[in-house]
Amino acid sequence: MLSNVSLRTRRILLAQSLCGLLLAACGESYANSAISEVVSAAPVSEAHEAGPDQQTLEVGPPPFSEDIFPCTDCHDPELEVRGKKRELKFEHTDIELTHAEENRWCLDCHDGADRDMLHLANGDVIPFEESYRLCGQCHGDKLRDWRNGVHGRRVGFWNGAKSYLLCVNCHNAHSPQFPALEPEPAPFRPVRTP
Amino acid sequence: MSGCSTIDRREFMCVAAGCAAAAMGSCSDLTHSAFFRDHLRELTKTQLDELVGELESEYSERFGREVEVGTTGPMKGVELAYALDLSRCVGCRRCVYACVEENNQSRDPQVHWIRVLEMDNERGIDFEHADAYYDAEQVPEPDKFYLPVACQQCRNPACVKTCPTGATWQEPDGITVIDYDWCIGCRCCVSACPYGARHFNWSEPELPAEELNPKTHILGNRPRTKGVVEKCTFCIHRTREGRYPACVEACPVGARKFGDLHDPDGEIRHIFENKRVFVLKAELNTRPRFYYFYGA
Amino acid sequence: MIVRAFINFSLGSLRLILRGGWLYWGWVVALLAMVGVGVWAYAGQLEQGLISTSMRDQVSWAYYIGNFTFLVGVAAAAVLLVIPAYIYHWKPIKEVAILGELLAIAAISMAGLFVLVDVGRPERLWHLIPFIGHLNVPNSLLAWDVIALNGYLGLNVVIVTYLLFSFYRGKHPNERVFTPLVLLSIPAAIGIHTVTAFLYNGIPARPFWNSAILAPRFLASAFCSGPALLLILMQLLRRFTRFEIRDAAIWKIAELMAYAMFINLFLLGAEVFKEYYSNTEHLIHMRYLFTGVDGHDSLVPFMWFSVFASVASFVLFLVPATRRNPITLNIGCVLIYSGVYIEKGMGLVIPGLTPDTLGEIYEYFPSTTEILVSVGVFSIGFLMFTFMVKIATPIMLGEFRQRQVALGGAAGSPPLAQENAT
Repeated sequence: MLSNVSLRTRRILLAQSLCGLLLAACGESYANSAISEVVSAAPVSEAHEAGPDQQTLEVGPPPFSEDIFPCTDCHDPELEVRGKKRELKFEHTDIELTHAEENRWCLDCHDGADRDMLHLANGDVIPFEESYRLCGQCHGDKLRDWRNGVHGRRVGFWNGAKSYLLCVNCHNAHSPQFPALEPEPAPFRPVRTP
Repeated sequence: MSGCSTIDRREFMCVAAGCAAAAMGSCSDLTHSAFFRDHLRELTKTQLDELVGELESEYSERFGREVEVGTTGPMKGVELAYALDLSRCVGCRRCVYACVEENNQSRDPQVHWIRVLEMDNERGIDFEHADAYYDAEQVPEPDKFYLPVACQQCRNPACVKTCPTGATWQEPDGITVIDYDWCIGCRCCVSACPYGARHFNWSEPELPAEELNPKTHILGNRPRTKGVVEKCTFCIHRTREGRYPACVEACPVGARKFGDLHDPDGEIRHIFENKRVFVLKAELNTRPRFYYFYGA
Repeated sequence: MIVRAFINFSLGSLRLILRGGWLYWGWVVALLAMVGVGVWAYAGQLEQGLISTSMRDQVSWAYYIGNFTFLVGVAAAAVLLVIPAYIYHWKPIKEVAILGELLAIAAISMAGLFVLVDVGRPERLWHLIPFIGHLNVPNSLLAWDVIALNGYLGLNVVIVTYLLFSFYRGKHPNERVFTPLVLLSIPAAIGIHTVTAFLYNGIPARPFWNSAILAPRFLASAFCSGPALLLILMQLLRRFTRFEIRDAAIWKIAELMAYAMFINLFLLGAEVFKEYYSNTEHLIHMRYLFTGVDGHDSLVPFMWFSVFASVASFVLFLVPATRRNPITLNIGCVLIYSGVYIEKGMGLVIPGLTPDTLGEIYEYFPSTTEILVSVGVFSIGFLMFTFMVKIATPIMLGEFRQRQVALGGAAGSPPLAQENAT
């Protein structure tokens, strides 16, 4: 049978069968293997809008301690605002301010006229849900990183709409330095079998 | 399946073990047995579904809970990557134990896919003087920093190269995976890995039923047996559904970042462009997909 | 005709194995007992998992793989007899070359068994068979090792069986079949140990192993250790059988071993210089071997003994007077064998993995299970070797021959007087 086949064809057949043998021995190409079947990607996260100050993001609720909000329950808007920096002696004595306390005090962030709001350096009044804009005034690089998902704890989906935590969900705004944590236990050392 | 005509191994082994088959019953019983099963990458969709069904019923029965074994494939065009902020890690090890729970690792003997190394500020990254067994009351300790290490999902993986049976390979989305039923437990990969990322099951893993994570993936966190190797799979059962790995979500200081390398709006791209990344043991040309950077 | 002759050959061989004096039987029974202990220990290991060894993630290869490496070297050492015998046609060694091949068969079998006892899922070793399983060539060095070792084993089995069967039938082996096979076994022997060296050499994650010099070192240490067993065996055969082995053969082998040991020591010196002089981070592995690190120094006495043994045996084999004196020769054999055994096992595998890739030091020492299983495997090998020599010796001496039936003798060949006899 093979005598009718040309030498060139025989060489091609030989090469093909050797390739086949080699592939069979070494493992076939797994490009189409069922276990690695490619699925089409879900929608990638939407681009962020431009504009650092105007942009608002969907964030979780601010971590108010119980019954602390709304502040206007106690702070009557009609009362006089005493703007002079001083140490509070009667209320809010549990708050320790260790956040640029040399140069600032409560009313540099909290709005004197409306205690349910915060205010920016240019006078704009913002709700607590947008407190990141306030933090971002001084910590602009952190704000940029945070908006891009690079600063702060990430939960949820890397592929899809990002969810954000407020700065204050992790950092106590009055005393932002992270406290030291108790570490989880060390791994067991390997022990020889006798 | 590929175009090459292949010897169907199950048929071959069936024939080769003909006497045993005749004695034990029908041939189809043997083909269902894990002993004769082909490499996962050889299975057709039908065979894979059949296998998944078997595994799910086996695990559900063993643990007394409904266990799901997923086979989600890689997302098209996606290359997963990780970045870890060394300026933030405080060495709390929450990631280590979140990983243990999420990925059904053995409690006894203890298997940890993530190892957190405590290093000196003065020495910088120096493995010879690192300590994985630090046991402080509070972290971070003064003058120390912390470097967590797990599988780097290298682009040039030494483990894949060295495996004699091809039981470990890299998927198109960059995750290096293991077929736990094909691995012979020779531990060539454990020797070859420069990051100590591969872990061997020296005895039957102990996994309490109430601590099982029932949502598993066939290439990832399904319960393993003794005598096979395992490692971090970037939480393949989560990441292929678009979720973050468990360690990323567990980190209380936000040191861990994860995403698609090719996503121009993703965290990883932002880190490449605005921070300076580096990799461990770059001189070994493993080209990891796990980057480290200093965010602060 | 040939089939019947082969059956008779096999049955006759079996009879040879079963006949012997009290010394022989004492040796065989002792070995069988040790095999039994090894099997019992291995059964325990199968049930518990490899946790019954002292290997852990930090030191994941140890005593079993160290023995495997050493035994591949012993198998390669057969070439030290084959080259003088078949290339240089030096008669004194030509008569005994077969002993080297028998040793190679026993050594490769032991090496294979050590791999079997080391893997986590031995029932899955069929995954290594090409076509049926999936053998990861050309990437995986262990895959290549599987091919090389099995090929070498097959080659030696064919050579030895063909040679012995031919002599049994009173025929000279067909040179055109036999010589190419034997000549092939030379590069094959070099090949098996080179591939095994590459297995270590090709792992950049372990800088102690990732040295270009590893393959030459392996070969040099193989050539000086394997034949030590043969030297002792040849003296025993001379004493207890009618096998005439000339002193010249024994002395020549010892001399060649001396040269191999010199190269081995030179290469070791080169490695030591490179590590200590360059003084990089990688020095820590060699320091762990020779001086200990941070109080971890369990290997230090063994390593220094190995160096002493290697140098002492080198001198004993080099100096003709001590080479020819049977007492110093045998002391040299024991020293050279133990020196290389320590160097290839503890001195290669353990420091390569200590400290591990993340800088941790775990001090390994073989567990009872590992020692008992290893004793069992070595006993199987020694038993195989004993049986093979028990069969081969009478054949080589012409005492075990096919009985020629008056009518059935092959055309042209004279009838042989002797029957099957021990």
